[in-house]
Amino acid sequence: MRKTALVMTAVGALALAACAKKAPTELPPAPQATTPVTTSGPMPTPAPTGAVPGTQSHFAQAMAGRDTIYFDTDQFNIDSQDQAALQGQAQYLQQYPNARATIEGHADERGTREYNLALGERRANSAKNYLVSLGIGAERLTTVSYGKERPVALGSNEQAWSRNRRAVTVLLN
Amino acid sequence: MSVRNLVFAAGLALGAVPAWAQDAAPPSAAVPAIAVPQVEDEGLSGSVTDDSAWRDLGVAIPAFATNRDQPTPANAQGTGALGVELGRVIFNDLRNNGLFRPAGPDALPRPGYAQITAPSWSTWQGRSAEMLVHGYVRAESDGRLTVGCYLYDVALQQQLVREGWVVPAAEWRRAAHKCADLVYSRLSGESPFFDSRIAYIAETGPKDKRVKRLAIMDSDGANHRFITNGQSTALTPRYSPDYAKIAYVSYLNGNARMYVYDIGSGNQTLITQSSNPTFAPRWSPDGRWILYSMAAAGNTDIYRVSASGGTPQRLTDGPGIDVGGSYSPDGSRIVFESDRSGEQQCYVMDANGSNQRRISHFGGRCATPEWSPRGDQIAFTHIAGDLRVAVMSPAGGSLRHLTNSWQDEAPTWAPNGRIVQFFRTARGSGESSIWQVDLTGRNERRLATPVGASDPAWGPVLP
Repeated sequence: MRKTALVMTAVGALALAACAKKAPTELPPAPQATTPVTTSGPMPTPAPTGAVPGTQSHFAQAMAGRDTIYFDTDQFNIDSQDQAALQGQAQYLQQYPNARATIEGHADERGTREYNLALGERRANSAKNYLVSLGIGAERLTTVSYGKERPVALGSNEQAWSRNRRAVTVLLN
Repeated sequence: MSVRNLVFAAGLALGAVPAWAQDAAPPSAAVPAIAVPQVEDEGLSGSVTDDSAWRDLGVAIPAFATNRDQPTPANAQGTGALGVELGRVIFNDLRNNGLFRPAGPDALPRPGYAQITAPSWSTWQGRSAEMLVHGYVRAESDGRLTVGCYLYDVALQQQLVREGWVVPAAEWRRAAHKCADLVYSRLSGESPFFDSRIAYIAETGPKDKRVKRLAIMDSDGANHRFITNGQSTALTPRYSPDYAKIAYVSYLNGNARMYVYDIGSGNQTLITQSSNPTFAPRWSPDGRWILYSMAAAGNTDIYRVSASGGTPQRLTDGPGIDVGGSYSPDGSRIVFESDRSGEQQCYVMDANGSNQRRISHFGGRCATPEWSPRGDQIAFTHIAGDLRVAVMSPAGGSLRHLTNSWQDEAPTWAPNGRIVQFFRTARGSGESSIWQVDLTGRNERRLATPVGASDPAWGPVLP
């Protein structure tokens, strides 16, 4: 019993560390947003100072929102807007060939829990497959689905749901 | 763990105080044989027990008596106070489930020990109680408790049924649940369900940082216990049929994986070795198999694996999401959901994966199907705008909604197939809570849990 608890604690801490690296995906202002958000304009080639190139924080800043793609209800296809974002991600990954990434698939709250786990997996794989088609090695990319368990937008309305139906690319440092 | 069932000698003299309990017999059939209505054939509706005359029976449940007020680990005030608690547990079991018109110990006179086998009829007549429950508790020298339970018909001045149990002091509530089950079964003709447990997911924290922990409790919410500490998200538990294990999903290693937690040892094992996510675990009725879903390259299929491990067998192989199987009570068939048609619908297949056919054709989507332990119905989440809990026949007919709220999902059956629990999510806050509703759809109530709650999984009646 005690031994198991210890193991769970240790691995749990790892899981926490992993999610702390998650990209701060902020496009429209979130209900609790405290910092002003810059929407993505033309591609910012020079990344902001401070972040080490090839790390998640550098990647998230360089992507300026394009680390995330969004889906229609129950859909997992890659539309032209998604393609543009994924092309930006692919360029970055090509620039830093040692970087590895995981793609987190998510669903909105308006579905059943287990189906949404499968749906999130499907969305993450759509993004992964597109990156692979752009020449990124599949061995550099992993996927994880959080289903509806990790929303970023907290409302129960179409605007919030559309922000939660997403796949987020996160660099593994 | 085990509750010893006392078998009554046929020719027992009723005048004496209940000394019969010393004649303890080995465990036997838990409940006396009663006339139980036949389970309806599939396709037939009408298995709803609304408007049955028994629902309106007044049932008086005074405090249980004791032969001698003495110390017991079950109650700091001794067996006398424990007798009041026993009556309260039975009263709350019946009242909270909308069964009969019960009156409890706090509203009734307390019978003496000798009256348990010889009720003072004049006391109980004129109380609008057609039925009278009497019982006693006695502390044994080995620390265990003997609890007797008697059901009388007040008008007929006749005993309808009686039973007794020997329980460890720590499991005194089980004796009360057994008595409630005895009363319920004898008066309704239904199978018992109170002496059972529920595994679920306890939820705390804000919507975007919710902590989800595996937890268990008795069917009435007592004996609550958290099993995981919440550092990794836990989802969708299912008790093994013998209550020894819980299969559930955890993000322990960063991705969704199905684990089997052993309640006795506290150890947990990963049944399948795969780098792919595994989820939606379900036990076969005999406990030998575990159904689960695995996503590979975005495609999710249903597999089964021996509960002790081994090579999994793939049961579905089409493109699309196949997820969430549930066995028929005889283990021969599996109902599951699939979006192979373009949206979530419910399908049935043989236990080996053959003969897959869609059963839901009523509009909207069909998700999280769960086969009733009686075999006559399938509960599921009906998605048509809102998410509602509904039931249908195993052939997909006789759709009936049991709830009407913004988001109710993931039904689980009471062991007797007469009540369904599910979880309800509040719009906006996303706060979740466990509710239950009987098959009439009228007796709906929220279960008291220490924190938010989701994914209830009701286990079978304990032996």
